[in-house]
Amino acid sequence: MPTITEVSLPKHKREVIDQAVIRFAGDSGDGMQITGSQFTNTVALYGNDIATFPDFPAEIRAPAGTLPGVSGYQLHFASNDVYTPGDAVDVLIAMNPAALKMNVADLKANGILIVNSDAFKENDLRKAQMTSNPLEDHSLDKFRLFSVELERLTKTALEHLGLDAKSISRCKNFFALGMCYWLYNRSMDPTIRWIESKFKNKPLLVEANKLAMKAGYSYCEATEAFQISYEIPPAKLSPGVYRNLSGNQALALGFVTASQKSGLRLFQGSYPITPASDILHELSQYKDFGVMTFQAEDEIAAITSSIGAAYAGALAITTTSGPGMALKTEALGLAVAVEIPLVICDIQRGGPSTGLPTKTEQADLLQALFGRNSEAPIPVLAPATPSDCFWTALEASRIAIKYMVPVIILSDGYLANGAEPWRIPDVSQIPDFPVRFATEPNSPEGYLPYKRNPDTLARPWAVPGTPGLEHRIGGLEKQDVTGNINYEPLNHENMVRIRAAKVAAVVQEIPDVVPVGDTAGDLLIVAWGSTHGAITAAMNAQRAQGRKIAHVHLRHLNPLPANLGDVLQRYKKVLVPELNMGQLLWVLRAKYLVDAIGLNKIQGRPFKQAELEQKIEEVLGL
Amino acid sequence: MSTATLPPITPLTKKDFQTDQEVRWCPGCGDYAILSAVQSVFPELGIKRENFVVVSGIGCSSRFPYYMNTFGFHTIHGRAPAVATGIKAIRPDLEVWVATGDGDALSIGGNHTIHMLRRNVGLKVLLFNNRIYGLTKGQYSPTSEFNKKTKSTPFGSVDRPFNPISLAIGAEATFVARSVDVFQAHLKDTLKQAAAHKGSAFVEILQNCNIFNDGAWFNLTERDARSEHVLQLEHGKPLIFGKNHDKGIRRKSDGDIEVVQLGNGIAESDLVVHDAHHPRASYAFWLSHMEHHPGFPTPIGVLRAWDDLPRYEDVMNQQIRDVIAKRGPGDLAKLLRAGDTWEVK
Repeated sequence: MPTITEVSLPKHKREVIDQAVIRFAGDSGDGMQITGSQFTNTVALYGNDIATFPDFPAEIRAPAGTLPGVSGYQLHFASNDVYTPGDAVDVLIAMNPAALKMNVADLKANGILIVNSDAFKENDLRKAQMTSNPLEDHSLDKFRLFSVELERLTKTALEHLGLDAKSISRCKNFFALGMCYWLYNRSMDPTIRWIESKFKNKPLLVEANKLAMKAGYSYCEATEAFQISYEIPPAKLSPGVYRNLSGNQALALGFVTASQKSGLRLFQGSYPITPASDILHELSQYKDFGVMTFQAEDEIAAITSSIGAAYAGALAITTTSGPGMALKTEALGLAVAVEIPLVICDIQRGGPSTGLPTKTEQADLLQALFGRNSEAPIPVLAPATPSDCFWTALEASRIAIKYMVPVIILSDGYLANGAEPWRIPDVSQIPDFPVRFATEPNSPEGYLPYKRNPDTLARPWAVPGTPGLEHRIGGLEKQDVTGNINYEPLNHENMVRIRAAKVAAVVQEIPDVVPVGDTAGDLLIVAWGSTHGAITAAMNAQRAQGRKIAHVHLRHLNPLPANLGDVLQRYKKVLVPELNMGQLLWVLRAKYLVDAIGLNKIQGRPFKQAELEQKIEEVLGL
Repeated sequence: MSTATLPPITPLTKKDFQTDQEVRWCPGCGDYAILSAVQSVFPELGIKRENFVVVSGIGCSSRFPYYMNTFGFHTIHGRAPAVATGIKAIRPDLEVWVATGDGDALSIGGNHTIHMLRRNVGLKVLLFNNRIYGLTKGQYSPTSEFNKKTKSTPFGSVDRPFNPISLAIGAEATFVARSVDVFQAHLKDTLKQAAAHKGSAFVEILQNCNIFNDGAWFNLTERDARSEHVLQLEHGKPLIFGKNHDKGIRRKSDGDIEVVQLGNGIAESDLVVHDAHHPRASYAFWLSHMEHHPGFPTPIGVLRAWDDLPRYEDVMNQQIRDVIAKRGPGDLAKLLRAGDTWEVK
């Protein structure tokens, strides 16, 4: 366990609290994502529960100091369970006027506001479209404002190193990080280790970043700027070994695990797209697991190469976001028609079209369910938290192989980039799901590619190179059993119904839903995907006030769990919160004839707990 | 494993590659001749039948896999090269052939065609070029001649056509050849040379569509005109054509080329000697373009066969083997615990 090596002087008071929300905000070039993730890593290692919300612009470097260029990283850490990154922030670090302007509305009254006062000159204010200096005009009086000359102090600390001015200026985020470590009594050791490894070939930068961070820490120590520092004890998590994990990392690890557990080579065909690219970056590192990553020429080649790899006997996946899903549509239909296993990850973002590339949304649900020509059902799964992406990847792979179907995973930008502590599973406890390729003809007439398993309706998987099993498959309608091209009317209807029945049969893999909360009552909240944390937090708060409510969070969106219809009947009202215009709501109303109510937010941002609680109270007539 | 104890292998025949499926091309279609040539060549390659995979896109040509008794995959329009790339990446040992057409490979699938070639994936690509969309009943294609009148261009097409050979060479293809559906012996020989090539092999097969574009290649196939318009390439031989074998291609002092009449002081030794194995693609490109100049012939045969570039799938798999050799095979428990961890007791 890391220990706190630095001890506050007695002149400062230390207060033990149970949680805090901190947000680092600055220019895209200010290193806010690194600063935030370093702070996160440190508090996670210390044992706090965490939830993070990195929020950055689509532009790599919008003009410096402007409003569109602001990048933020929010972290909620606590000694108890954390479900959301927090509605409002306790501490805001603003590196320039634009960052202040874009974020100050989320700072709690009497919250701590640390600003880089060197960046509040007239020109800086103009770039942020400010007419007066907020550090002087009393507009920030309701906060505990700390104007710190980050630029000058960093320069003073580093000037003896002989670094150029630009490199020195780029260390100021670590000065701010050092201040935060002091404020929350955290060890700098994990970040020092990170700096040493990150810049291992640039000793001068190692020294500079370490010095800047220590200078920030010492600044708080020496000055009496902060009267108080805080201590948040470790959370009471279940025993085990933990690591910090983002949704995209979790998907990558899940697929490597699925490859090992199935005994199949993992093939990923992918085309870079925000916010899915990190899955490709992760998997491309795991060649020692035999993982083959293929950066295709476009989204269509990404999925069709994966279809080819699956045909050749690989565990094949393709990863993308909404616009890429649109391009993959025709190939998805091919995968349905030829009945081969394939996992498609759609890391949803705001749309339509290019939309909001770096912002989260849940608006691809109906696309995943229905977005193909003709009748082309596909099982659809949605992870609820970043670490749940690991288990979802495993389950999707298992279903794809067992049923010989493509399976869609709907993650989103919030899960992809957000992180939480993950209790690392014992790999020996994860069951194998070995694959049996067809090796011999399955009838006296020879090999029949569409002769099905009666339980799953899956057809056999015969890979090229297997003697005696030569056969042809394709997108044309075929006769069941033989696979021969067949255009007869009744055959087509039969095949459409078989493909639908096969996907429907996946329901036997899905456990019945068990509502969290009251088993019957006034209100059932039904939701899916990344809204899990915010809904759980809102639910807990409302139930603490005696409300008779419950929550069902759907991981399986197609097929839906067998008992869902019955569960819906047990509550007077059904509320469906979604980050879209009401897509699951539409499905539930259509399928179960239930008069469910929607709560819909389409702002590229996750729900706040308060928004959910307000709606719950409204629906309950309070 | 010792091979001495195995029973003798019965040689495969053309019949072994025929399926029981009724061939559904129009009577008289050039595709029958191509199918027959491929079915004749496959048994001669010394490859087990189960190791052949025929992949196609959409179009008349793309029905090809259904008629080949091998593993076959009829995919979607234009995407056969990408599907085939996935197959080869996972199974470099398989012999994967792609059957495609001028619309499939050069229009909707143009992107995949060029990227498959630049990567040098070990695929054999047969591009059936009939300069028309047949399966959709007669619209102009990306190889149709300018001003062509078709169902979709009643006043003439305003598109300029692709030269498929030039395109393939431009995409750095390592093997580029052209043959003609009705030149059976030449076609078989070309296919065998393609089969012998390890990297991407691109074969344009000029093919007649007797329904929607009859006489597509009439000036090359019509018996009287053929020898005047076709230059049959042979590696190491001078570029000679003509009914009387009396015309040749000569380099001019300014680097350009000209058609010359042999005799009157011009000997075979003055002519360009065909070098298919040249590492640079510029000569092959030059060959591929001469037919666009008046009086110049259309070359058929192997324009380029430079096989020194490693195959994509081999490089991909070698990189994986290298990483495993360096790091050892991946340990899943270790991977999941990578990075900073902490223990809760």
